[in-house]
Formats: sequence, C-alpha cells, structure tokens
Amino acid sequence: MARDADARIEAQIPGLRRYAFALVRDRDRADDLVQDCLERALSHARRPVDEEDLRAWLFTILRNLHISAWRSARRRGETAPLDAETDPGQPADQERALVARDALGALDQLPEEQQSLLLLIAVEDLSYDGAARVLGIPVGTVMSRLSRARRRLRALMDREHAPLLRRVK
Amino acid sequence: MSKDPATRDEAQIQAFIDGRLDAAARERMAATLAADPALAAEVALDQAHADTLRRQLAAIADAPIPHRLRLDHLRAQRRERQWRHLRAVAAGVALLATGAIGGWLAARSAPASAPGAVVTVATEAATAYRTFVVEVAHPVEVDTAREAHLLQWLSKRLGRPLAAPDLTRFGYRLMGGRLLPGSGGAAAQLMYDDPSGRRLTLYVEASRGSQTAFRFHEDGEARTFAWIDQGFGFAVTGPIGREALLPIAEAVYQRFEDPPPAGAARL
Repeated sequence: MARDADARIEAQIPGLRRYAFALVRDRDRADDLVQDCLERALSHARRPVDEEDLRAWLFTILRNLHISAWRSARRRGETAPLDAETDPGQPADQERALVARDALGALDQLPEEQQSLLLLIAVEDLSYDGAARVLGIPVGTVMSRLSRARRRLRALMDREHAPLLRRVK
Repeated sequence: MSKDPATRDEAQIQAFIDGRLDAAARERMAATLAADPALAAEVALDQAHADTLRRQLAAIADAPIPHRLRLDHLRAQRRERQWRHLRAVAAGVALLATGAIGGWLAARSAPASAPGAVVTVATEAATAYRTFVVEVAHPVEVDTAREAHLLQWLSKRLGRPLAAPDLTRFGYRLMGGRLLPGSGGAAAQLMYDDPSGRRLTLYVEASRGSQTAFRFHEDGEARTFAWIDQGFGFAVTGPIGREALLPIAEAVYQRFEDPPPAGAARL
C-alpha cells in the first residue's frame, strides 16, 4: 500500500526536478527544493489518489516552497546562490548553437507566474485544470494568461535574434 | 477567417498549440490558420518554443535520481528524527543514572560491530584534517558569516540535519566548513579554531557501520575520536592530547544525540 503510493510519487520525481531546475537554474538547489517538496509530501497522511490530482498537488507544494524561499532570500538581500554555477547541464558548444534558440534563457525573463504556467503546461503536460490549481487561479483565466505568456516569450525570442540585445548574465 | 485578434478564440488557439483539441476542433483550427497566415506563424513559433523548452530541459528529467531524493531514504530519515526525539528523553535519563557518558557509550556498543567502518571514518577525518588544517588562504569553503546557509547547505548534501556544536567553552570558535567526498557519499567538515590559531575539525559522513563506542585514532599530530551513530560516522580531530580531546568529543556526541528543538537559536 505504502509501496504503491511511494511508487506513484517517485514516478513524478523526474518532472519535479525538471520544473525546479527551470525555476532556479541550479541543479543542486533544484534538488534541494525537490527534497523539501518530497519531505512535505511524505508528512501528509492523506495524499491524492488520482494521478492528475497527485501531480497538481506535488507541483503546488514545490512551487510554494520555491516562492517562499525566493521571498525570504530577497528579504535577506541575497542575490547570488551559494554555489554559483548556474547551468552545469549546458555545454558551451551547445550554447553557441542556441544563441537565438534559447527558450529557457528567454523564459527566465518572464514573471514567475508566466514561467510556471508555460512549464507546467508545455513541459510537464499538466492539464489546464491542474495548472490552474498549482497557480491558484481560476481555470477560466488559464487560457488568456497562457496566451499572454506565449506572446511575451515570442517577443523575447525575437529579440534574441539580435545579438547585441542578448542579455548578458 | 478574421484577422482581427479581438475575435480570435484564444482558448482554442492555446489548446491547438498544446495538441489538446479533438479531431473536429483541430480541423476547424487548421482551416482558421490556413486563412490567417499571421496567426499561423505565431502558432508555429509558439510550438517551436515549447519544443525548444522541452529539449533544453530533457537532460534534467532523464538524469538518474540521486539517493537523497529516494523516498526510502527520506522515510528512513523521518523515522530517525522521530526516534531520535524519543531517544533524547531516554538518553537524558540514562545519563543521570550512570553519570558518565563514556561508560554508557561503552556499555551499549555492540561488541559484534565491525570496527572497519569506524576506522574508515577516523582515517578519512584525519586525512581531511591534514589537508585543510594547514590551509591559510582557504581553510573553509564557506565561513561563519553565512553560518545558517552553510549548515543548511551541508545538511542537504549530507542527507541529515547538521548543526554546529558550540565549543566555545573549550575555547574553540566555528570558522566554517566544507563539503568533501567521503567513502559513504558526501562528507561535511566543520572547522574550529582557538585564539592561538589551533584548529580542530568535526567530520560527519553517512556510514553503513553499526553503532560504536568512541574509538581513538592517532595519526602523527592529528588525534581523532570517531564513532558511528544513527547511520552516520562522526569524528573530532585536533592536534591536542587524548585527555583534552575526549571532553570535546563527548560534547559533540551529546549535541548530536540530543539536539535542541528545531528553531532553537544558537547551535
């Protein structure tokens, strides 16, 4: 019984790690978030049984942890993560090829809510309803917000084509 | 058919981009796009961006899941925390009864437990000590200015909550710490110094060995007391005599055995 439930949660770990990484851009810090998320999940006696509910629930925990960590870091005035390497997963040669195709880089410039919306729907394949629950917004507004997020991303990606305007980070 | 964005059915467009329309709706949208090249171009871009995002992030999801995120491990840790809480009370009683922690430790150590694991901890701690204690420029990776961050960071990598025992009553102040590769995974080294600049380290790593009593280990200048408890090996290493080192090791042992409640101010 507990094995079953564990297996269903473990099946979500790759997606949780991916979402966390896209939010914080540091593998270790992303895994810290996932670890916190899983610890929270384990401490709840009642976990959603339905898979889509379980996914929405786990992603909600993760996102809330991310937001509160981000807020408290800002309160402390911290800007740089302790381990400063940001994207160990992306080799330099690949990066060159992605000058104008770096959707992840452009995503970074969107507000968190738009980032999360795009990630949850386009990458994690959550239902519109599930994404609405993660973000705590009415499902009726998901579409218009998604449309707005995609418009912003298009504008940013367009700008990426002009190398001079490329953000230096 | 209209190119006026105001009349576009955004919900249908988004669902089309995400591939979530049924066949009939998909066909209707295809017709709309065929009549509206500007919209079709936007949709194609949106789909391309989603593809790129998925591709850029694929490696993260495909990477093997590290041990610290395994639910078995997290569950074991949870049980350990609860168990430790109970034991803290029992330990207090036991200490009062025997009055001597050394005797108590010796009494409860399993005679059958292999000495190998604790020796490993002691020698690894001594090696780490020799390597970093002589460092002038970078004795620690993270200094105490960021102590909360340091401990949180080391705890995560180590897979157990790590607190820095307060050794000021022995004259030692925390300098900072670093992360090292240990035989059982990540190891944390906390470094302390006294006003004369004498340095002492506390080394912690995951260990498969069963619980042991203190074990003394001498390696040139470096003297170490090591023990294994609750799945972790601990070692206190310093250039001081056995008699001076023992009470420090005992203080460290007690600090980990009976941690103050979460959120308690100073470690």
